[in-house]
Amino acid sequence: MVFFRRILLIVLFGFNLPISHAAPLTIEITEGVESAVSIAVVPFASQSAPVNISAVVNADLARSGFFKMMAEQGMPGMPTTIAAVNYNEWQAVGQNYLVIGQVGDAGGGQYNVQFQLLDVYKSGQLLGYRMTSSAADLRRTAHHISDLIFEKLTGKKGVFSGRIAYITTNNQGSKQQSHQLQVADADGFNPQTVASSVEPLMSPAWSPDGKKVAYVSFERKSAAIYVQTLATGERTRVAEFPGINGAPAWSPDGSRLALTLSKDGSPDIYVLNLATRSLNKLTKSFAIDTEPSWAPDGSSIVFTSDRGGKPQIYSVSSQGGQEKRLTFSGDYNARASFSPDGKSIVMVHGNGNDYRIAVMELASRSINVLTGGRSDESPSFAPNGTMILYASKKGNTGFLSAVSLDGKMQQKMVFNSGEVREPAWAP
Amino acid sequence: MKLNKTLLALAISTLFLSACSDTDEKDASLTDGSQNTSSGIDDASTSGLNKGPGMTGSEMGGSGANGGAGKGDYASTLGPEFNDPNNPLSKRTIYFMLDSSEVLPDFVPVVAAHAQYLIANPAQRIALEGNADERGSREYNIALGEQRAKSVASMMKVQGVSESQLDIVSYGEEKPAAFGSDEAAWEQNRRVELGYQAR
Repeated sequence: MVFFRRILLIVLFGFNLPISHAAPLTIEITEGVESAVSIAVVPFASQSAPVNISAVVNADLARSGFFKMMAEQGMPGMPTTIAAVNYNEWQAVGQNYLVIGQVGDAGGGQYNVQFQLLDVYKSGQLLGYRMTSSAADLRRTAHHISDLIFEKLTGKKGVFSGRIAYITTNNQGSKQQSHQLQVADADGFNPQTVASSVEPLMSPAWSPDGKKVAYVSFERKSAAIYVQTLATGERTRVAEFPGINGAPAWSPDGSRLALTLSKDGSPDIYVLNLATRSLNKLTKSFAIDTEPSWAPDGSSIVFTSDRGGKPQIYSVSSQGGQEKRLTFSGDYNARASFSPDGKSIVMVHGNGNDYRIAVMELASRSINVLTGGRSDESPSFAPNGTMILYASKKGNTGFLSAVSLDGKMQQKMVFNSGEVREPAWAP
Repeated sequence: MKLNKTLLALAISTLFLSACSDTDEKDASLTDGSQNTSSGIDDASTSGLNKGPGMTGSEMGGSGANGGAGKGDYASTLGPEFNDPNNPLSKRTIYFMLDSSEVLPDFVPVVAAHAQYLIANPAQRIALEGNADERGSREYNIALGEQRAKSVASMMKVQGVSESQLDIVSYGEEKPAAFGSDEAAWEQNRRVELGYQAR
């Protein structure tokens, strides 16, 4: 159901784009994993389609870390119909699953795309779809195919057709910078600028329905928080108090924003009701309290505070009340957010000069450091909880990386222009 | 114009869906898709995605142009003492230690000189812009930058500067003075800039 709704949106999306800026970027898998599940995506039969659908599907599934992908050179054949599949051959090369398909020109700029997911050992079809796509939407169609395959084989929702938001800065090194808030496909393709300013933009946060983004803008020479509807570009300034207006985080029901304000002195966590504009002050320490994030059930909020001397993660009821320290290991823990199941938090974990991404299981308080960079920040869970997107830096280049929850699968998205940071995965 | 585009898009999506229903191999999934058509079109009616960036762009472009006037340039018009390297007023950046907002002894005379100038010129306002190095999380660095700016502000207020002369803003790590990921760059970025503003 969701699949078809999204396809529809995408059709509209494509047609309303003024100019689609190509995304000159590379995705490299920097750390792989030997998965037990092997799958061969056979190149689809294709009549001059502008997108290599099977290559996109292959790359998506490879990135997920769940599968061992078969290289084209090792394939015993290139079947594109089920009649042409010799299951024994694929068993002999150790494949569990096979994806075959065809892309046909339907005329008028439309393409018929069909694919089948086959179980090699059961010698039968697990999944089969035929769909029509415009040339502009072929990439999205490929991501939807990846989602369908991923969900069929893992039982978890695929996130390949999702979107991400992030901030880019151009003209790095010169005085006059330009900052953009962009929304792109989950693999970084099809970026669109939804806001830009010569002053910094920060902290994009998706509304739970994926239709709005809250962010911080310094365009009026001081910080303010805006909520922007992506479909129309309309936006509302929801907070512009003296001092810090930062770190917006949506409540799971979308009715409230937790945020950081310093209007009373030190930065504290507040909850802003978006309908009534009433403010509820949650924390009252004299230290820095910032970076709130809601538990998926809305009952509590985690935040960063340096009340103990160094930044650590604390938790408070979303109604306010007693605050509880959650992290004790490492001399710097900040910017926590919950996993979709609410059982873990992901955060920036600093020791000495290294700032890395770590996941802490809330029940056991055990911390698992997932990355090895020196300056990793802004972690964001994929909506299915299997991967974490974060920003990293090497030299003067800022880029996005994704890591699987066990830390075994790492990939890097390098954008050719400027610095990329603060990724947020759409719900 | 927008309406036309929407209609075109709707026509295309209808075409797409019907194409789908003709050909999909999996009847159950297909029925789901068709049933969802109406809600899909509701979503689709908010289709002005190309309008967004245009609207926002012009709005922000306007404010950006206003904001573009360099505050540093203004200071150079204030008087010769601001350009005399032997005068502490020529120094308009206060630097800090890692994760600290304490004004270091070296900079106390600089803050004091600017405080005296502000006391002597009560109509003059300055912006205290707090900044941080790139290490750690961005919003925490916004808070750290504000602490630094406030620590300079309170030192000035103790000497008698009126609060109404001081504007505090923190850019955290968003406006680095030096690019690079080493101590040489970091120490230049942990700073408060004193921006003299037009009266």
